Amino acid sequence: MKVIMSGNEAIARGAYEGGARFASAYPGTPSTEILENMPQYGDAVYSEWAPNEKVATEAAIGASIAGVRSFCAMKHVGMNVAADPIYTFAYTGVTGGFVMVVADDPGQHSSQNEQDNRNQAKAARLLMLEPSDSQEAHDYMKKAFALSEKMDMPVLMHVTTRVCHSKGIVELGEREEAAVPDYEPKIKKYVTAPANAKVLRATLEERVEAARAFANDCEFNRVEMHDTKIGVVTSGVSYQYARETFGDNASYLKLGLTFPLPYDLMKDFCSKVDKVYVVEEMDPYLEEHLKMLGIECTGKDVIPHYDELNTDIVRKAFCGIEPETYTSDMQTVVRPPALCAGCPHRGLFYCLSKRQKKDGLMITGDIGCYTLGMAAPLNALHSCICMGASLSQGHGASIALRDAGKKTKVVSVIGDSTFFHTGVNSLMDAVYNSGSNLSIILDNRITGMTGHQQNPGTGYTLMGKEAPEVDIPALCKAIGVKEENIITVNPNHLDEVNAALDTLLAKDEPTVLITRWPCVLKKFSQQDIDEFPTLHKTQCVIDQDKCKNCKMCVKTGCPALISTKEKVVIDYTSCNGCTVCKQVCPFNAIEEVTR
Amino acid sequence: MSEVKNILLVGVGGQGTILASKILTSGLMKAGYDVKMSEIHGMSQRGGSVSTQVRYGDKVYSPIVGKGSADVIVAFEEMEALRWLDHLKIGGKMVINDHQIQPVPVNLGMAEYPEGIIDHLKEKVEVLSFKAADVATELGNPKAMNIVLLGALVKAMGGLDDIDWDAEIEANVKPKFVELNKKAFHAGYSL
Repeated sequence: MKVIMSGNEAIARGAYEGGARFASAYPGTPSTEILENMPQYGDAVYSEWAPNEKVATEAAIGASIAGVRSFCAMKHVGMNVAADPIYTFAYTGVTGGFVMVVADDPGQHSSQNEQDNRNQAKAARLLMLEPSDSQEAHDYMKKAFALSEKMDMPVLMHVTTRVCHSKGIVELGEREEAAVPDYEPKIKKYVTAPANAKVLRATLEERVEAARAFANDCEFNRVEMHDTKIGVVTSGVSYQYARETFGDNASYLKLGLTFPLPYDLMKDFCSKVDKVYVVEEMDPYLEEHLKMLGIECTGKDVIPHYDELNTDIVRKAFCGIEPETYTSDMQTVVRPPALCAGCPHRGLFYCLSKRQKKDGLMITGDIGCYTLGMAAPLNALHSCICMGASLSQGHGASIALRDAGKKTKVVSVIGDSTFFHTGVNSLMDAVYNSGSNLSIILDNRITGMTGHQQNPGTGYTLMGKEAPEVDIPALCKAIGVKEENIITVNPNHLDEVNAALDTLLAKDEPTVLITRWPCVLKKFSQQDIDEFPTLHKTQCVIDQDKCKNCKMCVKTGCPALISTKEKVVIDYTSCNGCTVCKQVCPFNAIEEVTR
Repeated sequence: MSEVKNILLVGVGGQGTILASKILTSGLMKAGYDVKMSEIHGMSQRGGSVSTQVRYGDKVYSPIVGKGSADVIVAFEEMEALRWLDHLKIGGKMVINDHQIQPVPVNLGMAEYPEGIIDHLKEKVEVLSFKAADVATELGNPKAMNIVLLGALVKAMGGLDDIDWDAEIEANVKPKFVELNKKAFHAGYSL
C-alpha cells in the first residue's frame, strides 16, 4: 500500500515493520513526531516519553541487552545528553537490534545550535544510516535492527529537518517479528569494568572494519552512472538537491551508510569520473574522508559550511546559475514568533520585565516557549544555553556575584518538562551548595514548545494511560528547599506574582516560585477543567469610550491586541481571557466578558 | 517526462495550512503523481511566518520550492504574499487572502505594515484576491477559509479537474464538516 508520510511517520512505521518492541524518546524538534506516531502500533511496540534523552537511550539499551529490538529518538542536541551511554554502548554492542534516531536541524529552524552529528558517529563508532526521503527513512529504519544485530553495533539513524518534516510517497510493508531469546547474563560483554572494556575497545575496531567491508557492497550505498565528466558524492537530503541540479549530466555516489565509510567504493567511483563534487550540508564530513584518501574534490570551497542547503544554493555554487525572479521595493516587516494570546508565561515575564531594573535582576533562561520572554516588548530573559541550564547557571552566577560583592539578584526560569529533564540536578546543586538564586518553575501542565507531549508531571503517558504525577513543591522540599521558600502562584494574577517575588527576592538562600496554569493550546484533561474552572470561559474587550490609547496593554506583547495609531482593539478570535492586559490598563478600560 | 509543478502555501503560524495541503497532496498522489511536501514545525509556529511547499510531477527529488519556481503561491495573509514574491515563477499566479495580521514590531509601533500590498502585486503578477473568511462565513463557518483557498488554488493551477476533490474532502475531514468543506472548495474554485 502507498501512503503519504513525513520522514518521521515513516521512521515510526519502519520501526514497527522492523520488529521493534521498545521505544523511548524525549521530544525535540524536528524529531518529536517519531514517537508521537508509535502509539498506533501499541499492540506490537511499547513506547514512552522519557524525562530526557540520556534516560531514553539507557532504557532502550536495557531493552536491547534484554534481547529486544529497541530504539530511542531525539533532536541533535539531545545526543549530547545521551552521549555518555551511547559512547560505551558502542563498545559492548547489542543483543536485540538497537537504533538511535538523531535529527539534526541545519538552518536552526528550531534550535540553539547547528551541530553536525555525523561527527559523533565517527567519534563513538556507531554504524550510521542517512536516508534522503520518506521512503528511505522507512526502508532504512526497517532494516536497521537486523543490521545492528549482524554487525553487533548500535545504529545511528541520522536524519535532518527536511527529511523529518517533508512528506513523500511510501510503499508500506508487513511487520517482521524477531524472536526474543531467554535472558542470559553476558558479563564480559556488558560489564565495562576496565578489564572487559579494554578487550571490547579492541574488538570495536574489528567490528568497524567488518562494517566497512559490508558498506563497500551493500544496498544502502549506490552508484548511479550517467555522464562521467562530473561525479557527485553525496548523502541524505543533499542527494535530492544534487540530483535536481545536475540531472543526468553527472554520475552519483549516493551514500546511505556513512559510518564506517566505504573507502574502496569511494575510490572506485572517483576513479571513473573526471572531477569530483561533494554535496553535503554543514560540516565537510564526506569531503575530509575523500581528501584523506587522496582524492581531489570540490565541496566546501563553494558550498557554505553552515545553514540548510537547497537546490538554488547548490546550483549557484557549482553552476553559477541564479533563477530569474520578481523583485519589489516594498519592504516586508519581520514576523518573529511570540508568546501566544493567553500564554501563562506572559504574566510572569511582564512582572519580571517591570522589575528587572529596579530590583537589579540577572535572569537566566532555558529551552522552551518561555525563551520568547527575551523578545520585545518584555526583554526579560538574559541567557539560554541548553536544557536544564537556567538553574545551574543561576546558581553559579549567584555565588560569583555574591563573592564579588555585587548586589545583583539572580532569577532562573525553567519549564516543567525542562525541570524534569535536567533541572532537578541543577536545583540540587543550588541547595546543596547554599546558592541564593530564585528558581522559577513555569508549570504549564504540558511540554509546550514541541507541540504538547505528556511528561512526568501531567498525569498521562505517551500511550494514553493515567500515570502518577511528580509533585513539584514536594520534590523541591525533598531536595532541601525550605517549605517557606516555595510559593505556588497563578501567573495570570500579577499582584500574586509580585507579592511572591517580593517575598522570595528578599531571601538570601535558595527559593522556588512555581507558576501553575495550563498552556492555552493544550487539550485540557478533566483534571485541568476541575483545577482551572475559568479556562477559556471569558475574554477581554476594550471599552473605546474609556480607552485613552496609552498603549500600556500593548506592552504586554499579547498578539490578540491589535494596535494602530488611532486605537487598540482586542481580536475576539484570539483572546483567551488571561486578563493580563486588563490588569495593566491605568484607565479601567478593559472588561472581562463571558465568551 | 512532465515538468515538476510547484505550489507554495504561505501564512502565519496558526492559520492552518495543514489540512488544505493534506487534501491537496492526497489528491495528487491518487492522480498518479509523485508528490513531495515540506513544512517547518517548531518555534516559528508561535505566530511566525510559515510555509508549506508542495511539488508534483513524474519524479520529484527536492522537497523544497526554489526561488523563481512556484507556479502558484497561495498567501493566507497579505504581507506573506509579498515576502514570498521572489519564489514565484515568471508568469506564475498568486491567490491572496485579503487579510492582514499585524506582526509584533508593527503592534509596538517599531515598524509600519506596508500599505497597498495587493495593488502593488497586481501591477507585477496575476493576482486573485478575496476575503476568504467572508466567503466561508457565508457558507456557515469562517474556519473553512482554508478550503476556500484550496479551491481557488486548484483552479489557478489548472490541469487538476480530473481529481475527485469531493472524495478527498470526505476522506480527510470530520463527517459533520464534510458538506461545509465541499461547498467551501467549490466556492473557492468558482471565484
